[in-house]
Formats: sequence, C-alpha cells, structure tokens
Amino acid sequence: MTSQVSSPTAPGNQPASAGVLGEQRQPAKETKRLDRVIIRFAGDSGDGMQLTGDRFTSETASFGNDLSTLPNFPAEIRAPAGTLPGVSSFQLHFADHDILTPGDAPNVLVAMNPAALKANLADLPRGAEIIVNTDEFTRRALQKVGYAANPLEDGSLEGYSVHPVPLTTLTLEALKDSGLARKDAERAKNMFALGLLSWMYHRPTEATETFLRKKFAKKPDIAEANVVAYRAGWNFGETTEDFAVSYEVQPAASAFPAGTYRNISGNLALAYGLIAASSQSELPLFLGSYPITPASDILHELSRHKNFGVRTFQAEDEIAAIGAALGAAFGGSLAVTTTSGPGVALKSETIGLAVSLELPLLVVDIQRGGPSTGLPTKTEQADLLQAMYGRNGEAPVPVVAPATPADCFAAAMEAARIAVTYRTPVFLLSDGYLANGSEPWRIPELEELPDLRVQFATAPNHTAADGTESFWPYLRDPETLARPWAVPGTPGLEHRIGGIEKQDGTGNISYDPANHDFMVRTRQAKIDGIAVPDVVVDNPDGQADTLVIGWGSTYGPITAAVRRIRREGGHIAQTHLRHLNPFPPNLGEVLAGYRRVIVPEMNLGQLAHLLRAKYLVDARSYTQVTGLPFKAEQLAQAIVKESVDV
Amino acid sequence: MSEALALVPKAEAQQSMKDFKSDQEVRWCPGCGDYAILAAVQSFMPELGLARENVVFVSGIGCSSRFPYYMNTYGMHSIHGRAPAIATGLAASRRDLSVWVVTGDGDALSIGGNHLIHALRRNVNLKILLFNNRIYGLTKGQYSPTSEIGKITKSTPMGSLDAPFNPVSLALGAEASFVARTIDSDRKHLQGVLRAAAAHPGTALVEIYQNCNIFNDGAFDTLKEKGTAQEALIHLEHGQPIRFGAPAEDGLGSKGVVRDQATGDLRVVDLTADGVDVTQVLVHDAHAASPTTAFALSRLADADTLHHTPIGVLRDVDRPVYDTDMAEQLEQAVVQNGKGDLAKLLAGGDTWTVAG
Ligand code: SF4
Repeated sequence: MTSQVSSPTAPGNQPASAGVLGEQRQPAKETKRLDRVIIRFAGDSGDGMQLTGDRFTSETASFGNDLSTLPNFPAEIRAPAGTLPGVSSFQLHFADHDILTPGDAPNVLVAMNPAALKANLADLPRGAEIIVNTDEFTRRALQKVGYAANPLEDGSLEGYSVHPVPLTTLTLEALKDSGLARKDAERAKNMFALGLLSWMYHRPTEATETFLRKKFAKKPDIAEANVVAYRAGWNFGETTEDFAVSYEVQPAASAFPAGTYRNISGNLALAYGLIAASSQSELPLFLGSYPITPASDILHELSRHKNFGVRTFQAEDEIAAIGAALGAAFGGSLAVTTTSGPGVALKSETIGLAVSLELPLLVVDIQRGGPSTGLPTKTEQADLLQAMYGRNGEAPVPVVAPATPADCFAAAMEAARIAVTYRTPVFLLSDGYLANGSEPWRIPELEELPDLRVQFATAPNHTAADGTESFWPYLRDPETLARPWAVPGTPGLEHRIGGIEKQDGTGNISYDPANHDFMVRTRQAKIDGIAVPDVVVDNPDGQADTLVIGWGSTYGPITAAVRRIRREGGHIAQTHLRHLNPFPPNLGEVLAGYRRVIVPEMNLGQLAHLLRAKYLVDARSYTQVTGLPFKAEQLAQAIVKESVDV
Repeated sequence: MSEALALVPKAEAQQSMKDFKSDQEVRWCPGCGDYAILAAVQSFMPELGLARENVVFVSGIGCSSRFPYYMNTYGMHSIHGRAPAIATGLAASRRDLSVWVVTGDGDALSIGGNHLIHALRRNVNLKILLFNNRIYGLTKGQYSPTSEIGKITKSTPMGSLDAPFNPVSLALGAEASFVARTIDSDRKHLQGVLRAAAAHPGTALVEIYQNCNIFNDGAFDTLKEKGTAQEALIHLEHGQPIRFGAPAEDGLGSKGVVRDQATGDLRVVDLTADGVDVTQVLVHDAHAASPTTAFALSRLADADTLHHTPIGVLRDVDRPVYDTDMAEQLEQAVVQNGKGDLAKLLAGGDTWTVAG
C-alpha cells in the first residue's frame, strides 16, 4: 500500500458533504486523509452483502471518488448458512485519483461471521482493519468452518487492527421498539454495518435512506427498520471509542474529464449500449434469450424498456433464443441473443446459419469459468477460441470485446455497427468480472453516439440480358462485400435464402465446386475486410522493448500493473485489443516492433495462440484461471520477470 | 378477413397459382407426395389475397423443407428442427406478415420437438405444415418418430423398438389452439384445412400425411384407396355427427363414434347393430374449450393399421395470441412510461457532475 497516503487533518475541518445525519452532528474525532481505500464486505449468502456493497458503491460514486468493484458470490442461491462455500463478498476500491481495478488486497474487511473471516483472511495484508460481527462467533459457528479456537481470542489476528462489534445485538437493540420479529430485525444488521462504514469514510447518507424507503415501499416497517439500523451504525461509529479515527478520501475530480457521471455495471452498460444501438440504427431491438448466469441481467434490464420498442423473448432453450433472434433479423430487427459459454455451444449451429444467410446478429457471451457448467458465477476469458472457431465449416465471425464495465456500452454499439454494416453475426465477449463489476461512467451526449443507420434494399438490383429486372440477394456491395438486406414486405424483392451453399449473386442452391470455393473465400474476405481502427500503443518514454498486450476485462489489472512497473522506473509498452477478429490492421507491425511480447489472459493462452499463428511472433503467455481477475501486483511481477528472462 | 390476417396487407390485383411459383426447378423424387402439397398450397394462396411480399415460408431440414425454394414469396430454408423458433422471432416482430412453417416428422418431432411444443404453447401467429411420411427421406430411409414399432429400415434391420408419436395427440397435449390433419392426395380436403388454419389467430398445426414413394411407399394407402378408406377414415366436420363407413339407411356412415358411458372414452360402434341408438353418436365440436374430446378422437387411430384415423379440424379455439399480446405490452409501456427517451435513460440513477 505504498500509495496510501495518510495525513491527519484537524478535527472539525470537515467538508460539508461528510455525513450530516439527521440532527446537527459533527464528527468530533480525528480524521485522516487517504488517497485510496479497498473495502471488502463478506458474509453469508443471505446476509445481503451484495446489497450492502452496492449501496456503499452508490454513496461513493455520488461523492465523486473513482471506484471499481468486484462482487464475488457462490453459484448456489443460499448455500448452507455459515459455511465457507456460502460466503458472499463485495470488494470496492475507491480513490481520489484515477484507478483501474477493484484492488489486490483489502485494507478493510467486514466479516459478518467466522466463515467470512476464514474465507477472506488470506487476502488481507498485515495491518488491515477487520470489523467482525462477534455475535456470530459462537462455538458452533466456529466449528462449522474448522476453527478449533476463537480467532478473536487466540491471538491469531495479531498484526491486524481488529474491531469486534456485536453487530446483531446492536441492531436488535436499535430496533427493540420497532415491533419487528427478531428474525426480521436481525436482517437489518447489514445496514448497521453499512452505517458504520459510511461514518468511517464520510459517505453521503441521504441517497441510501431514500433507496431503502423505495426498496421496501411495500413494507414500510421493514424500510423504517433498515433506516434506523443504518443510522444506528453511523452513530455507533461516532460515539464508540473503538473507532477513534475516520477517514476522508477526496473526490477524484481531476481524474475525470468534465461531464455528468453515474456508476454503472458491465451488464447494465451493455444493455444500454444495445438500446442505444437500436435507437441509432433506427431498427427495433429484438432479444432472444434463455436465462443463464451471468448474462440474465441483460435480459432483465431490456425487459424493462419495452417503451423503446424493445421486444424480449425468453425462449424455451438457447437454440430457440438465437433462432428467434435470427428470424427477427430476417424481418429487419436489430437482433441480439445473450448468453454465456455453455449457451454459445448450443447456439453454434445457428451462428453458422447466420454466417451463411449473412444477416446481422449480435451474440453476446458473458464468459464464465468453463468447461461445461464450470464456475457459473466466476469470471474467465476462455471462450475466445470458441467464438473464433466453434462452428462447422469455414464460418468466420467478427469478435469484439469490452475492456471495462462502462466500456460495455461502447463495445455493444461497435458490435452492432459491424453486424449491420457487414450483415454478419458478431460476437461480443464480455465476462463475469465486467458484467457484475462497476465503475463511474461519463454519460455520453446523444450527439456523440455513432450513426448506425442502414439502408434496406428497396428495388431490384439485377437486369438480365433481355431487360427483365430481378433481385439477387447475394449481389454484394463491392466496398464492404455485404449483401443487400431485403426484408419481407418489400414488393418485388421476394427471395429465398438458406443454409445450403448458394450461387454467387442469385443465392440459388448451388453445389458447384468452384462456386463453393469462391463463396467460402468471399465470406472470409468480407470479415477480413471489416474496417477496424488501428491499435494505439502506450509507450510514454518510447524506450520499452517489451509490449504487454491483452483483451477484454484484463485491461484494468494490466494497466495497473504497467503503471506500477513504470513507477519503479521500468519501461513497458502496453496495448489492448477491442477487435479480435479481424485484428487491427497495424497489429502485425506493432508486434514486430518489440523484442518481447507478453500476453496476460484469464485462460491458457488463447489470444497468444492466435497472435503466434497469425503473426509468427514469439508471444509469451501469462495466464490465470482462478475464476478471479488478475491482481495488479502479481501481474506486475510476472511481466517484469517475463520481460527480462530471455 | 379473419383476425389472423387483419394486419397483413392485401394484394392489389387478383392473383393466380402462377404468382406463387418460383423460378426454381422442383427437385423432389418423381411421384413424391410433396408435389401434390406444393400444388395445393400454390393454388390455395391466391384465395387469401395477401400481398405476396408479406408472405414468408420458413422450413427446417428434410425433403419437405425444400418447400420455400419453390414458393415465390419470402422464404428461409433454415437448420434442422429450428424453423418454429426462427419463425416465432419473425412473426413476433412482424405482425404484418403471414408466416408459414414447413416441416417434416423428423424435423418437427425429433430434433425440433422442443421448439414445436413451445410454439404451440405460446400460440404465436404461425401456420405449421407438418409433412408426415413416417420415414427419414433425405438421409435415405431410417425410421422416424412416427414410424410404427417394428419398422424395418437401414438403421433398424431387426425392427424399430420405439413407440411412435401421434402428432395430433402431441399437439393437443402441447396446448395447441388449432390442430388438423389432412392427406396429400386429397386436394380439396387439404385446401379446406389450410383455409381454416389461415383464418385461425395463433399457431395452427396441420399434419399432412404425405407419401414417400421411395422409402415408405404406400404408407397411407389404407386411407386413400377406395376399398379401405371408407372404413379407415373418419371425416370430422364441426357440428356434424361423427359417422363414417358404408352409408346407412339415412345416407350417413354406418359406423359412429360414441362415448363409452362406463369409461368416458370414445369408441366406434356399428350403428346398424341391434340396440344401438344413433342419437348417441358424438357431434364434433372443434371449438370445445376442453381438448379432452379432441384428444380422445386422436387416439381412435390404430398406429399400425391406421384404422379409424380422424382427418379434418380436430381443434380450433381462440386463445391469447403471443405476438398480439407482446405488441400490446409495448404499447402499454409507452402509455405508462412515455415513449423511450434515450438521453433520459442513460442519465438515470444517481449522477454527479465534474466541472471542466
Ligand atoms: S425421398 Fe421420399 S419424401 Fe423425399 S423427395 Fe423422395 S419421395 Fe419425397
């Protein structure tokens, strides 16, 4: 934590935004200024840790810090209470400057029970603060996770700054007049913890109270109880002696370009990107989807926006989901299917059909740990080769990947641009880390959005020798090689398309060998010829002879690692790929310009494989498949090691 | 014009069969029952008077699935079993189209079984023509999910082991709102069924018995040949007593379908026998709310001999139509929340401003 600055400021020297709650109340304790903090909330799946983390994030976002989050939860909805597999956590990194990752190691752990402590302790550096709910440290609960002795008492937490807080008791005490049953009252303990942390870090509180009242609008007594618990947590921090210091992390104003910001998760940004693409292309959005983790939130979100003309179709299976989308594409919709790796496997045949039909179709893959069911709630980047090659025959499909949660918005629009311009299915490869993680997003002005309008075919495009006019569905645009998009309802352009090989131009069934050879090469040439921007290399001093190249969600950790290396005086160049098929036109030249190319990936080297095959470059893989994103420090060390070991 | 086609634009001029023939050479085996069905459909379409460009045929894979290539409308020859899913997306997003699915017994009931039952359950505005020849033709003669048990084919040299589906029973079990059966060679009957299907709002399943003269020739001869058809076929007409067989004194069939008082099931009785009361004969009600009787009718047929095979419209009821309701939700959303405003959507939630 070398970058963590702490400078005491005089008590009473508080910014107005720091928690004024209810009555007049000025924190009378010491306040320290920090430049960044990493907090992890951990508890049982039923303890509401994701909600707690979300709220703290919202408070932090509206305060104006830069931030990055990492929710981490089990695949089971409610794993057995108090067990290690049942632990759910939410990590938040916030700072007064521009940050890139949810942080390697928490400075603060909130552990709601022994399981949460045990599951997360190894990630904490010595000196970290641990806030534990002592009420849950019963003999039985300790035994359940294999603690022979109470870690709060046996000295094993020496070196940490432990705050034992009877969170449950205090919550019940605060709610003793609420009239709620004990069980219901107890549930508000996460809000007590949130209140305490909000006091510790001077978070604004109003929005959380509004949020709670809205969330529990149908159960006003529960809403009130949560607000009371939240305030009690705040007051507890302020009055108890155990919490002698509170912390201030200034807004990251200088890290952000001017504009209006909101905090946004990857799946939400992606859903918005699809709606924006529909609006910018003036095509109605059609989503065919089958519920699957971690993609379902996009289906949920789009289902809420029918007033944008969005049709969401929850299909009987993954195949029907993409089938319906393809049918809608034939009819002139901006068609999308959303899924994760196992769903892509089922959709492969239909993606092949879309390649053959040459219709626009977005295939959104929120990657998760594989193979098979794998790790549904954990992240991985191991579907790249599936997206590239997972079909029968020569069936090239463009691949686009977002780099950060907020970037999912722009990446979705870019995928839509390619799909509608080139009349092709396009893969959008996000992942679980981007999907659930969040960060501040500068809300774009509508004028900044790309124009995605397309021309449907309206008239015959071929004249026979005898002068009769007809429509040839496979007569291509010489520039893009895209075929015309003639939607049913257009008179005179009636035509039939299908998965059987088609004659060039007419689109009639053709088994002619030379024609097939031509069509296979033409479909490939169309994808190869897609206009994508050059990659930009970040090589500030121009002295680097090692290039680190990544794609997708590793952007944050790689960039953070590169910054660390540079801070230590190292010279490293970095570039990151949005387009994986086709690759940017200058990529070969860029790669050839470095003595060493390092490719960090959350798979076993899939991008490295593609780069080696295409550019004959000795790309070195650095890989991790733990279901978790890279840690910047570890990655920095690996990059340094790889760059010197010749 | 029925509600089913209310939103589909009409043709400006009178159409003829020729208008619906594409310029593609038809490539089924000579003598295949598909020819008769194609001709029946092509000559039926002008009757609907729909703008040709608003008619779409979607098919899967198999002999019958080549059908769209021969129709001078919009068409898609897709992949095995998936036509109902693809057509669902098209019909749900384009209510101004008349969408037809052409499929076969393997396509619809084996590889695509899931999509078929869900299309029927959803009641999307689709007309599904299921060509049932009780064999795999395109892959050269393996038994299909409608083949009779013990069928000797290349893949079952000692006879097939699995019990067949009765497509009509299956469709009724899948909550179909319209189910009919007809025969390739009976153009008049076929077109009558198509007429009813086209007018039906929602998914219509039409099973068409189709002869594959190469791999399963004569599969439906019992139902086609004069000598046997009279005893084997039960013609269903809404509102008419269900009678068939050689004419009795009143000119109607001498056999009738009655409800067994003891079991509640249906059975065939000889109306000329002593003590049989002709008034007991069931009157066919295609619009009955419950599918129970239609199901019982579908079970009268003997899967091996095809005796007592009902044809005609077994069920035709009104039920909410998926694409209509979907469109209504879209309209409702606009009424409730106003027309989508992108700038407002993007700027929703908690925001903060960084000054330049
Ligand atoms: S194989 Fe049978 S079903 Fe197929 S075209 Fe030939 S006769 Fe018709």
